[in-house]
Amino acid sequence: MVERRPLLDVLSHAVLILGVLVVAFPLYLTFVASTHTADAIVQAPMPLLPGTHLTENYSAAWYGTGGGNGSKAPVGQMMLVSLISALIITLGKIAISLLSAFAIVYFRFPFRMFFFWAIFITLMLPVEVRILPTYKVVSDLGMLNSYAGLTVPLIASATATFLFRQFFLTVPEELVEAARMDGAGPMRFFKDVLVPLSKTSIAALFVIQFIYGWNQYLWPLLVTTNENMYPVVIGIKRMISGGDAQTEWNVVMATALLAMIPPALVVMLMQKWFVKGLVDTEK
Amino acid sequence: MAAIQIRNVVKRYGTGKTANQVIHGVDADIGDGEFVVIVGPSGCGKSTLLRMVAGLEEISSGDISIGGRIVNDLEPSERDIAMVFQNYALYPHMSVFDNMAYGLKIAKVPLADIKTRVDKAARILELGPFLARKPRELSGGQRQRVAMGRAIVRQPQVFLFDEPLSNLDAKLRAQTRLEIQKLHRELGITSLFVTHDQVEAMTLAQRMIVMNAGVMEQFGTPEEVYTRPATTFVASFIGSPPMNLLRNAPDAKAGTIVGVRPEHLDITDSGWGLRVEAVEMLGAERLVHGLWSHGAGDELVTIRTEESHAVPALGATIFVRPRPDRMHLFDAASGKRL
Repeated sequence: MVERRPLLDVLSHAVLILGVLVVAFPLYLTFVASTHTADAIVQAPMPLLPGTHLTENYSAAWYGTGGGNGSKAPVGQMMLVSLISALIITLGKIAISLLSAFAIVYFRFPFRMFFFWAIFITLMLPVEVRILPTYKVVSDLGMLNSYAGLTVPLIASATATFLFRQFFLTVPEELVEAARMDGAGPMRFFKDVLVPLSKTSIAALFVIQFIYGWNQYLWPLLVTTNENMYPVVIGIKRMISGGDAQTEWNVVMATALLAMIPPALVVMLMQKWFVKGLVDTEK
Repeated sequence: MAAIQIRNVVKRYGTGKTANQVIHGVDADIGDGEFVVIVGPSGCGKSTLLRMVAGLEEISSGDISIGGRIVNDLEPSERDIAMVFQNYALYPHMSVFDNMAYGLKIAKVPLADIKTRVDKAARILELGPFLARKPRELSGGQRQRVAMGRAIVRQPQVFLFDEPLSNLDAKLRAQTRLEIQKLHRELGITSLFVTHDQVEAMTLAQRMIVMNAGVMEQFGTPEEVYTRPATTFVASFIGSPPMNLLRNAPDAKAGTIVGVRPEHLDITDSGWGLRVEAVEMLGAERLVHGLWSHGAGDELVTIRTEESHAVPALGATIFVRPRPDRMHLFDAASGKRL
């Protein structure tokens, strides 16, 4: 629909600009706050223009040398923990979902539909619902404060299994038969045909699950008590000291901005693949 | 190269009372190097029969042997066969070369051999310039040739074709038909070809199997099938327009059906009197549909005349006479040829 109506143009632009401002202003404030001293930020009104302490605040955050009363874990270390756990969660989810979808779609085994529905039902049980038993299991297995504890309970994914199942169902039956004619066994077919065909779906899932893994809050809050194992999201929380103690908001804000960079990078670099994976089926 | 024996093969889906039998005991002997076409309407079981030979469907009872070896329980890849699918079933993410080489790679054929075999197949099929391309960068006809190439490189004993031409346009189909014939002459590999198109069946087949509702109605050369159809089904399925089947022709015995093809009826001055109902112009020839009202009832009769012949007026009465040596007689109850 191509229409030339100046008033509509103005209106739609106004709405869009307003939307951008609503999203961008808090980000801008975070940035401004990360460039001032802690004293300057707590003044009312808070400064709205960038200050001159940018490098000090960021190096304080990165090396954990801030002077507040909260946790002083270095951001570099925390980001590494976040990165490793987000990657384990993402790759683990993709690997397990691919395999379980493969089993459900291509194999006829007893109780197939039972397992299918069992996976389906776990959609209704997010981490928060099963958090107590899961915590008990993880702590009994001695996995607190470890990468295994941070990632394993989050790896199973009904959503990803479903996405792959739906994709596998669209792969033509003749392709399976052609592979059988060529003498490819099930795992060979999986490796040589299904996985390469699913690569756009895998890329889309990678983006979604990486952000999911990076942004985990409640679970890491429970299973990590050691500063060395804090993911960055928990790090930010621990930097905010309770009660009347002074919080170094400038360093907290610097940390928050740093923590936003990797997911933003993943989205920007994989945007093309991400969109392709959601809209396009290459067959 | 190998002969194929099909012995009393039955296919049913499900078990017990709910079992749905789709193939009712087919027997056929296909000679070494022969090109046999299985033809029939949709749902007659022709693809199921082919897929049982391929090993993609289980055989409910009976035996299929290829080259003297019963293959009932062998995996498709162990039967020494190659199949061309209707939708080509090329691996979309592999290049043309990899598509053709995949089966050989799995069979652990040395790389140098794979290359010579693929290159040879590519030369036969004129696919040389496309070896590095992906299937989506090819036209329908080229994809079809890649699918055939994939079958050729395996150097199988039997080729199976499952309606490989039905996704091509008319011109390409005629051309590919000739290519398949040429290929068969050059390689001499036993071939089974499934189609619902009688022109394909007639032109390609050395012998053809006509199937209907899971039963093999006739197995013979195209000439036999055309000149001596074994049943009324074959008579009406092969030949276009179909044979006129007169259920109550006045001078025939009771309980018989008289068959005569539209091209074997000549317009004369006396004989069967038809009232002209419709005339269709096909180019080189013309179809005249007429109603023959005789004492025992009405019959709709189609005649094929040359385009140069005078056009009969609608509603006029014309007289036709069948060529006596070209008449067929069938039993009305069983539909079998008498």
